[in-house]
Amino acid sequence: MRLYARLIVSLIYKIGIEDWRAEILSSLGAVYYGGLSMKRAMFALALASALLSGTAGAKTLRYANQGDLKSLDPYTLNETTTNAHINNVYEGLVRRDRELKIVPALAERWENPEPTRWRFYLRKGVKFHNGEEFTADDVLFSADRIRQQGSNHTTRIPKDAKFVKVDDYTVDVILGTPNPILLNQWEYWMIVSKKWSEANGSAAPTPPNAQTPSYISLNANGTGPFKIESHQPGVKTVFKPNAAWWDKPSHNLDDVVFTPISSDATRVAALLSGEVDIIEPVPIQDIQRVNSAANTQVLSGPELRTIYLGMDQTRDELLESNVKGKNPFKDKRVREAFYKAIDIETIKTRVMRGLSTPSALMIAPELFVFSKDFVRPKFDPDGAKKLLAEAGYPDGFEVGFDCPNDRYVNDGPICQAIIGMLARVGIKVNGLIQPKAQYFAKVLKPNGFKTSFYLLGWTPNTLDSHNVLYDIIGCRDDEKSARGETNLGGYCNKQVDALADQVLGESDQAKRNQLIKQAFQLAVDDYAYIPLHQQALAWGVSKSLKLTQRADNAVVLNWIVKD
Amino acid sequence: MAQEKTSGQANTVQESLWSRFRNHDLTYQFLRSPITVVAAVICLVLILSAICAPWLATMNPFDPKQVLLMDANIPPVWIEGGDPRFVFGTDDQGRDLYSAILYGLRVSLAIGAGGVALAAAIGITLGLMAGYFGGRTDAIIMRIADVQLTFPAILIALLVNGIVQALAKGSSRETWAFGVLILSIGLSFWVQYARTIRGSTMIEKNKDYIHAAKLVGQPTVLIMLRHLLPNVIGPTLVILTINMGLAIITEATLSFLGVGLPPTQPSLGTLISIGNKYLFSGDWWIVTFPGVTLAIFVLSINLIGDWLRDALNPRLQ
Repeated sequence: MRLYARLIVSLIYKIGIEDWRAEILSSLGAVYYGGLSMKRAMFALALASALLSGTAGAKTLRYANQGDLKSLDPYTLNETTTNAHINNVYEGLVRRDRELKIVPALAERWENPEPTRWRFYLRKGVKFHNGEEFTADDVLFSADRIRQQGSNHTTRIPKDAKFVKVDDYTVDVILGTPNPILLNQWEYWMIVSKKWSEANGSAAPTPPNAQTPSYISLNANGTGPFKIESHQPGVKTVFKPNAAWWDKPSHNLDDVVFTPISSDATRVAALLSGEVDIIEPVPIQDIQRVNSAANTQVLSGPELRTIYLGMDQTRDELLESNVKGKNPFKDKRVREAFYKAIDIETIKTRVMRGLSTPSALMIAPELFVFSKDFVRPKFDPDGAKKLLAEAGYPDGFEVGFDCPNDRYVNDGPICQAIIGMLARVGIKVNGLIQPKAQYFAKVLKPNGFKTSFYLLGWTPNTLDSHNVLYDIIGCRDDEKSARGETNLGGYCNKQVDALADQVLGESDQAKRNQLIKQAFQLAVDDYAYIPLHQQALAWGVSKSLKLTQRADNAVVLNWIVKD
Repeated sequence: MAQEKTSGQANTVQESLWSRFRNHDLTYQFLRSPITVVAAVICLVLILSAICAPWLATMNPFDPKQVLLMDANIPPVWIEGGDPRFVFGTDDQGRDLYSAILYGLRVSLAIGAGGVALAAAIGITLGLMAGYFGGRTDAIIMRIADVQLTFPAILIALLVNGIVQALAKGSSRETWAFGVLILSIGLSFWVQYARTIRGSTMIEKNKDYIHAAKLVGQPTVLIMLRHLLPNVIGPTLVILTINMGLAIITEATLSFLGVGLPPTQPSLGTLISIGNKYLFSGDWWIVTFPGVTLAIFVLSINLIGDWLRDALNPRLQ
């Protein structure tokens, strides 16, 4: 009987019921195969939690996020929360400081003697968590690994860049074209150990839709300030400080327990009751409540992330639609109609409770000086209907819609609101609103961009427009190039690509901004995307914590001090 | 006997039926228990209003065209900021809660009834087979039942749901959630029926009328359906009623956990789950009204079930 229970529980994990549901199940399962009565289990649970909270000496940071940390492989999923988590364990050659400036990390210093040649001097005496020495071989191996198929980070290093080992602690990088913002892309290019990865069958990156977890997706061996003590996807992850870290730690923690709590109310309740010390995000409807409590507060600020809608513009027939034989999104008028059907101000006042900035661009105004020159087309449902009729869809059509529900602030309700707004211009939208693990596995490149219409958010982690023009707006028709890696709808305009390439090589800031503006203008005129807004970031923290909130929404454990 | 009845006048048959109903033990006991009467009335009202939801509701909450986001999170009408269009207020998408509850009740009821019917169908069939054939058939069916009894129903329901979710990868939840909920409730509740039916079948099958039917040469299926079934089905009536309440709660639990009906087609459980998000922000009405409706409904069903169990138990009289 116990075997049965265990089987069912493991099956449930396999099929991907997420986070707290799985927790409920596994505890139910535990009750069964532990042969305990429910009452006894409850008692044990109460006792355990009493013991946990009783250990006042050890400084444990308990951190809850709405989403899960699924894979520990640093190349599986290019998503801020995941990157930020893993960055506590693995490090890149460079890192960002509290003001988001690029500073040395595993590379002690670097030179750029010619526009296409960089030389990196690696830090000596750095050790991976398993005791291995960090050398140039690991850099070469990681550069190769991150560009392989299955990696979600292929745009971080140009495909044609060559890495040459000069000696054990010096690496030369030879580029095909000059790239002044190369280092901006490398914060989340995290270095993995060659020996360890190869020894554990993880030489190739783990794709996000992998059916069985690889060794490296469940175990970690980085050089960073924290080690992974245990990792149960969907349940919890325990971090321990790395005593042998090369830098001086700024934190004073003894361990960190990360738990995903997707339910808004449960997450807030956990913070208010002191069960966790920090939550991300605070649901906007509860900001006041958290601020008015005696022991908690909300740290908030504008986030650099743009939330937007994308449409499949490459397939000849949409995967999920009742329109057969053609793709309505290939018609610009349809895209324009969708744009005009969305009442962004109502989403702002009702769903976001005023805490969002409607955006006309695919980049936050903080990151591009000419943002103010762009304005959204007016909300105009009648105009939208007319456009649809002109395009040949007077009665609208049906389309599938992919949407995460534990990734962005109020993403589920935003998607529901959009379904309603499009219904009023005659579009029947079939929403598939699901946890981000399943969502990303479905829509990203390794699964073949299986989506017709989707909601996504993007922060260019170079904090520069080129990243948006290359990763999101760039054509993805060239198999050999990584361009357009997260261009899920496949919008393509060669003029934009040409401008993006000029942007990359241009070092005169004024000229560069003009080029960026031109490129964005082309995409805006094509209605390539429907930008929605920049969300506000909001962390709920216990007043016993001192920490730094970075505008890219990364929770950096090294900067957390607990009283 | 049958001949006598058909030869009599239609009028007297009706009269005697009515008087049989009035003078029946159950009617007498029913009228003597005021709580049960109240519960029955509430049940009836709720069921009727669920059935008539399209005419009673002010809007169709399943139709995104009728839901206006501008109307989101409006409090009930008697509180400041309330809107006379929305008596019980609105949820986070601007759905009128009164209408959403009526439609939600409808979904909960349909899934509950469907689930229980499926469970009864599976359970009664397997129970009859196990009891009648005995031997290996009995052993196999009952061991499966035993194994299943060791899991809580909700776990089985979650499992079924999860498997379908994995299989239906990519298709919208709205298209299959309804059927899957009925299936998962049906598959998790059949054991009780099977056990009850098997027990009574084993007693009945050794009685003379069954032997007689066998001797006459009636086919087995006919014996089971015509002779056995009517004589063993009585006790399942109680299980049926109590299970109805359980099934509705199970559906609500699944929807609350997010594996039931999607927020675009809210059942009572989905509404409670939506409201739960706003508990801390003071929008108490989103969770309260659907919750109270669910509690009252299930309580009434259970009261009727309890009464029925006592009333049908000769030892308690």
